[in-house]
Amino acid sequence: MDNSKTFWLPEKASTFVDTVDPAFDLYLWISIFFFGLIVILITVFTVKYLRRRPDQLATAQITHNLTLELSWTIIPLIIVMGLFFLGMKGYLHMRVAPSGYMQVNVKAQKWSWGFEYPSGAINDTLVVPVNTPVKLVMTSRDVLHSFYIAAFRTKADVIPNRYHALWFQATRTGIFPVQCTQYCGTNHSYMLTAVKVVEQEAYNEWLATASDPGKGKTPAEFGAILYQKRGCSACHSVDGSKAVGPSWKGLFGRQENCGAGGMIMVDEAYIRESMMVPTAKVVMGYQPVMPIFKGVLSEREIVALIEYIKTLK
Amino acid sequence: MIAHVHHENINYLKASKGLKNWLVTVDHKRIGMMYLASILVFFVTGGTFAGLFRFELWSPLKNFLTPDQYNQFFTLHGVIMVFLVVVPGIPAALGNFILPIQIGAKDLAFPKLNLTSLYLYWIGAAIALYSIVAGHADQGWTMYAPYSLSRNPSVLWMMVAAFILGFSSILTGLNFIVTMHNMRAPGMTWYRMPLFLWAMYATGIMQIFATPVLAITLILLLMENFFGIGIFDPALGGDPLLMQHFFWFYSHPAVYIIVVPGFGITSEIIACFAKKDIFGYKFVAYSSVAIAIIGFVVWGHHMFVAGQSELADSIFSFLTFFTAVPSAIKVFNWTATLYKGSIDLKTPMLYALQFLFNFTIGGLTGIILAILSVDIHLHDTYFIVSHFHYVAMGSTMIAFIGGIHYWWPKMTGKMYNETVGRTAAILVFIGFNVTFFVQLIMGSQGSPRRYYHYQDQFQIYHQISTVGFVILAAGLFMALFNLIASFFNGSVAPKNPWGAKTLEWEEADSPPVLYNFKETPVVTHGPYAFETEKA
Ligand code: HEC
Ligand code: HEM
Ligand SMILES: [Cu+2]
Ligand SMILES: [Cu+2]
Repeated sequence: MDNSKTFWLPEKASTFVDTVDPAFDLYLWISIFFFGLIVILITVFTVKYLRRRPDQLATAQITHNLTLELSWTIIPLIIVMGLFFLGMKGYLHMRVAPSGYMQVNVKAQKWSWGFEYPSGAINDTLVVPVNTPVKLVMTSRDVLHSFYIAAFRTKADVIPNRYHALWFQATRTGIFPVQCTQYCGTNHSYMLTAVKVVEQEAYNEWLATASDPGKGKTPAEFGAILYQKRGCSACHSVDGSKAVGPSWKGLFGRQENCGAGGMIMVDEAYIRESMMVPTAKVVMGYQPVMPIFKGVLSEREIVALIEYIKTLK
Repeated sequence: MIAHVHHENINYLKASKGLKNWLVTVDHKRIGMMYLASILVFFVTGGTFAGLFRFELWSPLKNFLTPDQYNQFFTLHGVIMVFLVVVPGIPAALGNFILPIQIGAKDLAFPKLNLTSLYLYWIGAAIALYSIVAGHADQGWTMYAPYSLSRNPSVLWMMVAAFILGFSSILTGLNFIVTMHNMRAPGMTWYRMPLFLWAMYATGIMQIFATPVLAITLILLLMENFFGIGIFDPALGGDPLLMQHFFWFYSHPAVYIIVVPGFGITSEIIACFAKKDIFGYKFVAYSSVAIAIIGFVVWGHHMFVAGQSELADSIFSFLTFFTAVPSAIKVFNWTATLYKGSIDLKTPMLYALQFLFNFTIGGLTGIILAILSVDIHLHDTYFIVSHFHYVAMGSTMIAFIGGIHYWWPKMTGKMYNETVGRTAAILVFIGFNVTFFVQLIMGSQGSPRRYYHYQDQFQIYHQISTVGFVILAAGLFMALFNLIASFFNGSVAPKNPWGAKTLEWEEADSPPVLYNFKETPVVTHGPYAFETEKA
């Protein structure tokens, strides 16, 4: 598929292109037809019936013709009703996000955009995975703004004291401008950012880094933070007390009784496996309730958590 | 008897002399001329601001205006052009002058009210300009809250101005409607009224019903400002969308207040210069009225991305499509009127034909904006800017200028230079379309409106547009100087230079006497009762 811009429309990068562009093109041809018809008729009549003698009169006075008048009432009516349904159908699709979307909260203010991810990441450009529905829940800290991505054919006003949502699904990777289209004062035209569409893995990487509250810390320190932020603390203690899951105190190097799995020496590989596939080896005396963290924790986070556990002697 | 010259039988320009006599006149013709002069002054002023920021847009970086100056200039341009030029324009200037003569009356029903409306117009204009300049207002003519509220008291004064100007419009509309109901000459039945009058009638209705909404908005703003009642301001718990609803509830009908008078002029000119009865007179007459009525229920189409419910958006879209149908009917009717006519491409006719061309583009670009899914993309881009310039400038102002040329011999008693007039008309046509057609492409490519700084890819469009502006301005000044020059050295206009069939041409002198007619005319035929060539 050719994603580059055409004479009329900008480059294409979201599923809405399939909704908007065909409607635009169809309408363009309808317009060209009617406009051409009018211009040709005017030209032909003007040339043909041009006054050549000063006293020349009209050759006929035709004041009405019911068939003609009804036809140019009814035909346009039918056409515009068709256009209405076409537009409404596309529009309802554009307004209702499909289930399974990923949500990002958007905060607009004079003259910048803030994007807040559920993971806690906060960024000034919007980074999203390709081929995934993304829903933006937007609000403004001051005046009206409007969030517009031309390549995605979507736009919505951002309103103070209100949440206004918009969704899209990017169809290819790339960087596309995000512009403010509601006048908001001096630097309205500089209220510009970008949406960066990346592959899912790159997105996960990015999200991990962006969500990185452990920036500038050792892996072990970062692991301590993740222990809290990732919710491990809900089930694992670090002081030896028993909770939903085994305590991490003195875990590294310990011999663990995994029932049918036999006695196991806790090392890096085992800890990693416990996070990725917790049910692979379930420790005796515990229920297999540990959530799967595969795809949630980044490589960096896994390492950090392992390093943290190692320090808990 | 011989030596005694009746004061009433002197032409209205000479009936009395001196500025003071003009300022206290109740003669609809003089009031019309004063409106015309004021409106043209504002048109040139508004156009000058447009020129300034068009040159600023020559490149995406700073040329000679700061962002704040740019924003203030487009605000000045928009407010002047909308509230002081195109909304009052045709009715106040040409309507005032022509309407009573076309129905065979001596004056409007309430001449003093008419003078009052002129003074209200001047007061409103002064307040509007003062508030923008003194308040450094930059909120645009749309005045959306809460940004505009941060510009107080400027926005309050702008509302006061809009309210006073609105009142002026209401008085004019009321005056016209009463006059048309009560003062038609013997034999002037409704269906013998020229289509210009039907257009004035439809406009009058809209002025009377839409404008009070401005007053309500003003009162609400005042309550918010002085008593801290949260209405529009989210900081006080108000709803900024409400302000948009109020604004467009007035301003959408206002766009038809703007364009319907242009329909009227176009009908007159086409009939006269094709020597043809208008095809489908009743369709054309009633479609103006239909537009006036439907125009009241479509305001929400300006708010498709503003946060309305899906249901509201769908209903507004649906209704908007119905305004397209009467507009289409008119274009087809005017085109059909040319068929088998005797077409004379005089200056007014050149403007009427450009009107047809531009209005077709303006209407077609309006319909695409009513297609919900597509409007999400086009809203608040240059596409919108282009659309409404095709209707407001390309249609209404073009019809206005055509009308001025058409009635100039009647109003001033002078003929302008036809060659210069036509040349100017052609320059205006080229200039206008070069300026605004590229904006359609720029807009659908995704260039937002009200942008001081823009992406490099749009530079070429901006430059073409600015070149178009220069051509347009050249054409407009040429037309203006041609008209002004005719005052001094134009040949004397005959009573009916175009061979038209309406009363102002057949019965009134050029220029008309003080009370328009020496004796009350009796109407015996329709407005476009042209004969046919004998075979
Ligand atoms: C809902 C409670 C729960 C949460 C939250 C939880 N775990 Fe667990 N975890 C368990 C249970 C129960 C076990 C023991 C059963 C098993 O091995 O599956 C366990 C076992 C483990 C083991 C193996 C321990 C051993 O003694 O062999 C590791 C390592 C581990 N979890 C790491 C983590 C990390 C890292 C996190 C946070 C990112 C986490 N867990 C979050 C419940 C939880
Ligand atoms: C054929 C009939 C028309 C239709 C269907 C139509 C439709 C529309 C729509 C849907 C919009 C909103 C677009 C948006 O903001 O996203 C719009 C904007 C506008 N139209 Fe039209 N229109 C028509 C004719 C006119 C006419 C005759 C005028 C008169 C001068 C006019 C003046 C305007 C103005 C001033 C705006 C927007 C201004 C702004 O946002 O600042 N339109 N039109
Ligand atoms: Cu903005
Ligand atoms: Cu509208």
